[in-house]
Parts: sequence; structure tokens; C-alpha cells
Amino acid sequence: MSIKISALQYIQEVKSGNLSAEDFVAKTMEQIQKVDGKLHAFLSLNDNAVDQAREIDKKIKSGGKIGQCFGMPISIKDNICIKDTKTTCASKMLENFIAPYDATVITKLKQQDAIFVGKVNLDEFAMGLSTEFSAYGPSKNPWNTDYVPGGSSGGSAVSVSAFECVASLGSDTGGSVRNPASFCSTVGYKPTYGLISRYGLISYANSIEQIGPLTRTVEDAAFMLNLISGQDSNDNTTVDNKNEDYLKDIDSGIEGKKIGIIKEMLGEGIDPSVLSATKDAISKLEGLGATCEEISLDMVKYSVAAYYTITATEAGSNLARYDNLRYGYDFSVEGYEFNSYIEKARKKLGPEVTRRMILGGFVPSAGHAGKYFLKALKVKSKLTRQVNEAFEKFDLLISPTVPILPFRIGEKINDPAALFLIDINTVTANLTGKPAISIPYSISNGLPIGMQLIANSMNDKLLLQAAYALEKTVKLPEVPI
Amino acid sequence: MTKIGLEIHSQLTKLESKLFCSCKANYREFEPNTNICPICMGLPGSLPRLNQKAVEKATMIAMALNCSTPEKIAFFRKNYFYPDLPKNFQITQLNIYGDTSVGGSGILMVGEKKIRITRIQLEEDPGRLIYEGSSEKNQITLVDYNRAGTPLVEIVTEPDFENPKEVREFLNILSDLLENLGVSDPSLEGAMRADANVSIEGGNKVEIKNIGSFHDLEKAVHFEITRQQSLHSRDIPIIQETRHWDDKRKITISSRSKEEDLDYRYFLEGDIPWVRMGNEVKEKLKSEMPESISSKKQRYVSKYNIPSQVAEVLSSDKFYSDLFEEAHTQENAKEVANIITTDLMGLVDTREKRESSKLTPLHLKAIADSIQSGKIARNSAKNALYEIVRTGKSLSDIISELDLGNVSDESELSKIIESVISEEPQAVEQAKSNPQTINYLVGKVMQKTKGKADPKLTLDLLKNKI
Repeated sequence: MSIKISALQYIQEVKSGNLSAEDFVAKTMEQIQKVDGKLHAFLSLNDNAVDQAREIDKKIKSGGKIGQCFGMPISIKDNICIKDTKTTCASKMLENFIAPYDATVITKLKQQDAIFVGKVNLDEFAMGLSTEFSAYGPSKNPWNTDYVPGGSSGGSAVSVSAFECVASLGSDTGGSVRNPASFCSTVGYKPTYGLISRYGLISYANSIEQIGPLTRTVEDAAFMLNLISGQDSNDNTTVDNKNEDYLKDIDSGIEGKKIGIIKEMLGEGIDPSVLSATKDAISKLEGLGATCEEISLDMVKYSVAAYYTITATEAGSNLARYDNLRYGYDFSVEGYEFNSYIEKARKKLGPEVTRRMILGGFVPSAGHAGKYFLKALKVKSKLTRQVNEAFEKFDLLISPTVPILPFRIGEKINDPAALFLIDINTVTANLTGKPAISIPYSISNGLPIGMQLIANSMNDKLLLQAAYALEKTVKLPEVPI
Repeated sequence: MTKIGLEIHSQLTKLESKLFCSCKANYREFEPNTNICPICMGLPGSLPRLNQKAVEKATMIAMALNCSTPEKIAFFRKNYFYPDLPKNFQITQLNIYGDTSVGGSGILMVGEKKIRITRIQLEEDPGRLIYEGSSEKNQITLVDYNRAGTPLVEIVTEPDFENPKEVREFLNILSDLLENLGVSDPSLEGAMRADANVSIEGGNKVEIKNIGSFHDLEKAVHFEITRQQSLHSRDIPIIQETRHWDDKRKITISSRSKEEDLDYRYFLEGDIPWVRMGNEVKEKLKSEMPESISSKKQRYVSKYNIPSQVAEVLSSDKFYSDLFEEAHTQENAKEVANIITTDLMGLVDTREKRESSKLTPLHLKAIADSIQSGKIARNSAKNALYEIVRTGKSLSDIISELDLGNVSDESELSKIIESVISEEPQAVEQAKSNPQTINYLVGKVMQKTKGKADPKLTLDLLKNKI
């Protein structure tokens, strides 16, 4: 029995009786024991996973009603709440926070008999793109453990890539699902804003972020989307997708579709191997019957600056609640006045979070908002207008997910400005609320390259169809672990 | 000229749940920190879930105050750190990026005076801080989050008041209006709070915060005007500052805090999408709005011929007008109004008495009908009302228990009248020549029957016999 199978294969095997959930989950837990010391994808493990799988097998045997996941082992980014489980956001601030409720996505997956094998690593509060800002140490790229796995959902990408689970849920605020998916050669999906409930996702920049699946295949991403999307009364920003089936007709192809190549996402600083992979992908798409044409979205140049201004503002507000008064870590209030207490308590936040909180206190403040925050909002709305106009002409947009290859751990951590530029291709989808996907496309010098497709809002199905078509043209080596 | 402006905070106490979760809006009966959930505690990962009813009620208030109501409303975050604020920001509304709060400029008439409303906004109430300990040194602060997230409407006025009396009149009208709308019970502790800003000629604006009741608001404004005038008369400059109302000592005290320098870093609350308030929504709300106090008053006067002052009292108090609406018929309306405004008012003059009163509209109808048909005298009706409020028994039970029924048996009454005639020969002679004075004899009959004689029958019999 191999654990190197997709979610849909797993379900097929269990359904047909060739595979027991217990065996598979046990094997998966063994794999975690075997490789995670080296990769550090997990922050905590579910010790009852195998028992839960056994229960599901019993249910299958007894002919009981069974959920669509059939005990499929899934990992969850540690900023998504699972009831009675530690949810740390990879921060010392929430070291002992045990969520008293399930996120909506968790409720939905539980109903479908998924098994959560553990909570996975991220940059503290999802702020970063390498997991190097995790308070519990970085995860390692399974393709080369000297390299970062990307982030912030690095633990999710590593766990999928290294067969420590079949699929994972991450969150994407500016590329946090797609970036590690690209670096670890998995599929990473960021849906249309509002398609998946954020209830139970610990907010970083709530107006632009979404939970998204990381999977081995595009079909698996569509399958996961089927399970976790839809309107939720606990999240007022969710939209009604009328129970869309994203798997159905996924093989429709892209014949006759018009694809725009975003000029600004192939510009300065792009790695030559990433550029040639992109050109290759474009010719493949044309070979499948699509027409590709370059388009300029000049607002993309300002998108990263706008992104950091907006996210810092929202983070400054969203993270203000971590004053350690109602939950958090052990630190007595005795002898402190309120302001000095929270000042001390918040020293537990790591350097990147602190940096963005300080920025978030400044850019929207009186006297500076006009120059920074309000200007960033203007960029956001202009960018949205440009992208919407592009979608009047094109069905899809394409770019490499990240302009560069994965980098060495420690190589860029002291250069925040260099790190920021890596976001240039991913933040547009967040700022405009559009769905975007990264699929494994190529390997250069043993390091993965991902390709990004973007579609118009609520065109998630079309996006998955196109990604599926492109994925079928790719044959990649197996991850060397 | 003295200028006074108000910021009034009124909880929407009539709502079932809090503004963003399903915890109870009526937090008052709970043990500390038991009316809470992940949402109103701002736990990591929780999101606000807007209570549409709260938006509707707040919009009704805006409409009742003749405010403009925008097409779409939005919520903003007001960022500041305080222990009673679970998220360390408050979700509120704002008009600086266009008119997006539930109500824009409006007007409330106080007699002949126009008070301009600046805006009305819907927001969440923070938790409550309870200070314990005798001195500042050993003082501890306890936090109760039961109130956190309670729907609160802020009504901001222009500085249109010139004296505390106008403030008081405005507050009376406003609290009657809110109660009549069925959105709030102003008599609940802490349901109505206010800030005021006060400036006198030649002085700066001073803000007074933390005034816990309307009663104290008038006092605080009065105190502040006096304080400023006394400074001014001694040529001491009145500095622009924030002061707090000390409700124990009944004075305002300088806050010495940097509160006025706080930068709230307002920005749009992305977790709550804009709420469309289209014409169809507004029309629907309008149709659901209870009849206004002034329209009620007018109807009472024109339809039932109730005196204007009585109609005023009746219409402005929801408790009374609700009773009236259910108890009255075209025939007994005046009588019902009369009973409420003369006899009932003294019996249910506090919140507690109203809550414990066993009186139903049916009781009231029975009493009014019985007075009109002569079954019971007004005086006895008053006694019966007292018993009903206390016990809730039926009118007929009380009449028989307390023997309050009218003496309407002709032969029995005749005997009494004959004895009166024989006892009062002088008055009888007088009545023969001057019919007006017959009332004296009626009074004597009443005296003998302890007020239970049917007045009409008594008069008829008396006239016949003399």
C-alpha cells in the first residue's frame, strides 16, 4: 500500500474495500514520525487519529452513512481553530490557547469524516513567506531541506508534499497558500473572496484573506472546495455559490479561452528558469486551444506597497486583542497598570509581527492616513478596476506564482524589503478578491516552480478547469525524500 | 450665549440578542461573565454576525427623528485599548467617508424649539468595569463582559441647547419616543447614558463624559455652566478639556487623561459587508413603525374628545397608551382615559410597581363600563382599581368581596332618601325653590351609602319625592 496517492484515489480505494482508513492513517502517522523531525511541518499531532480511522472503518463495515472523506488524513494550518485543540498561530502569545470551538471549515470536514492528523507550521500569525518567522522554528523544503518551503502556509505545503497527509488547509492573505504550494510543488488554491467561511480562521488581514486547500492534484483541490465552500451564517462576508460542484466537468478543457499574460509579473528580478517555465506553459496552453496575449496592469507595480499598508493596518487592529487578559500565556496582572501590563504582555510577539503592528499603528493614524492607508485603498480600487477590465477581454490571467526559486533558510530573513518583492505576483488576487491557483509546473536545479492562473470573481470552476488542463501537460519527478 | 450639545447612548433593550452574536441583549440578570460567547469575547477566529433587527430598530429611530437615511450603511472599527473592550476595538459607525451611519441630519422639536440631530449611529456597548478596594493603592478592577456587544444607538445633537431646562425637556421627549417605538426601556439601569459638551460665551468647549442617567445629565450640565460662569467672572480662562461626572459628589472633575488626544485609527470593518437600505426596506420599516406620540395624541382628542392635557399624558407614556388602546371602546374611551390619568397613575408610578401590577386591559374596560352603566361609583371604582392592581382578581369578585356595588335597588334607596328628606327639612325647602341646591341632598345620600348610591337614580328619586 502506498501513501503517495491523491485524495480522490484514497477515497476510491477505501470505497472499493482495497484500503482501510486505519491502515492508511497509521501509515501516514508513521511517515510523520519518520520525516517530520527533519522537515518540521507539524506543531502538534492528533494522538487519536488512528483510533478515529478505526471508528470510520467500523462505520463503513456496518454500512452506516459515511462522509465523503472516508477517514482521509488532513493537516490544518495552526491558525484555524479545532475545538479543544491548541491553536497557536505559531506564536508564543497563543502558546496555550485551546480553541473552544470549531472553525466552519473544520465542522464541515468533520461531517465528511475527515481525520485531522495535526496542526501545521506557519509564519507567526501568517505574516511571512518562508515559515522562518514561526516562533517554533522554520519548516524545511522536502525538495531540499536547506531551503525554505515558502509561506506562510509552509507547514501545509510540506505536509502534503512529504506525504504526511493527503491534503491540507492553509490560509492565503497575500499568497500564503500559493507561495508554499509553488515552492514545494503542490497545488495551492485561493478561492474567490467569500467562497469559504473564515469563521474560526484567526484573522491577520480579514478583508482580503481566504482559507484555501493545498493538495496533490487540481481535482483534489476541486474536491476540497466542494466540501468547504458555501455561505455561512457565521461569516457575513461569505457568498452563495449555489452548491456548485467544482469537480463536475473539470476536464472540459480550455479550447477557445483567452488568457492574458500579466507583463508586470514577468519583470525585473525574475529568475530565468521561472521565465522560461512560464513561456513553456503559455505555449502548452496555446497547444490546448487557448489564445494567449500580453496585458499590462500598471497598478501591479504598487500592489505590494498597498498590500503591506492595508495588511499592517488590519493586523494592527486584529491582533490588538492579544493583551493576555482573557486568554494567552501565564503572566500575572498583579502590580501592573493596564497599559504597562499589555505592553509587557505583548513582548511575546515575534519580530515580524511586531514590525507590522508598529507599521499598522502608523499608516492609518491621523495625519498619516492620507499619505499611506488611504492611498493604499486607492491603489486597491484602481487595481481592481484594471483587473476587472482585463477580464472583459480575457477569461484567465497567467503568471508564475513566485518570480524566483525557493531560497536558502536564513538567506533573506534579515532583508524584509527583498522578501516583500517575492509577493508581487500573488497579492493582486487578494487585493482584488479574485480566485487564483498555483500548480506544480517545473523543477529547476532540484527546486520547484509553480504556475499561477487567475480568474474573475466566482469563476472558480473555470479556473479549476484550466488548471486541470495545464496540469495534464506536466510530468514531474517525485519529491526526493 | 451658552451652548450645549449632547451625545446620547441608548441601548436597544427590546432586542433579543446582542449586536453581533446570539447572547442576550438583556444582560442584567446574569452572573458576571456568563452571558458571553467566543464572538462577544472576541476570541481568536471569531467573526461578528450582524443582528439585522438592530439595524432595523436603529433605522426606525433615525426615521422617528426625521433623519436622512443613506442607501447603504457601513461599520467601522474604532481602535483603542481598554480592559472592557474584548477586541481592543469597538465596531461602530462613522460619517467621515460619506454618510454611512444609520441616520444623518435630523430634527426633534422641543415645544417651539428646533433641536438639530447631527447623526445616529449603531455600535456595540463595551463590558463593565467594577472597581473594588478602598484606596487607590489597593484598588482592583474587575471586568464583567456580560454587557459587551449589547446594541447601542448613539444620538448626537448639534449644540442647540441654551440651558439645562431645554436639555431636560428634550430628554423627556426623546425617552418617550424611544419607548413608544418599542426599541428601548429607558427606565432600565444603564440603558441611557450621555456625554454633554458645554460652552459659555467667551469660553472653550468642555466635554463631560460618563453621565449614567438623564437625571444626572441635567445636573451635570447645570453644574458645568455654573462652574464655567464662575471661572469667567474671575477672568480665569476656561480650557478645552474632558471632564468626568462624579455621580457620588455630583460634580464634574477634570479627567487629566489624554483621552482627547487618542487617535482611533478608524477604518472600515471588513467582516461586515455594507448593508443595503433600499427604499423597499425603508418603506417596510415605516409601515412597521408604531404610531407616533403626536399622532396618538391628536387621535385621542379628535376621535374620543379626550381633553388635550389628558391625551398628552396618555399618549406620551407607552405603558398607559398600550393599556388605553386595548381597554377602550368608542363609548368608554373618555372614562378609560380618565381612570388611567387620575387613579392609575399614582398606583404605578415606578418601574417596580408597573412590573408587579396585575392589572389587565380587560380589568380596565370592566371598570369603565361599570362606571358608565352605574354599577359602581367612581369612588368605589378607585378602591376596586387598587385591589385589582394588587391582586389581579376580577372586578365582580372585588365588588362582592368589598361590598363596593352601587345601591341601585329602588326600594332600598327610597328608604335612605326619605330619611335624608326628614333629616334635612331646610335643604329640602331650598331645593324646591332652587333646583341647583339639590346636589347637597344627593351628597347626603352618598354619605349615608358610603358613596355607593347610583347617582342618577338618586337624583331621579329625590326630584320625585320633593
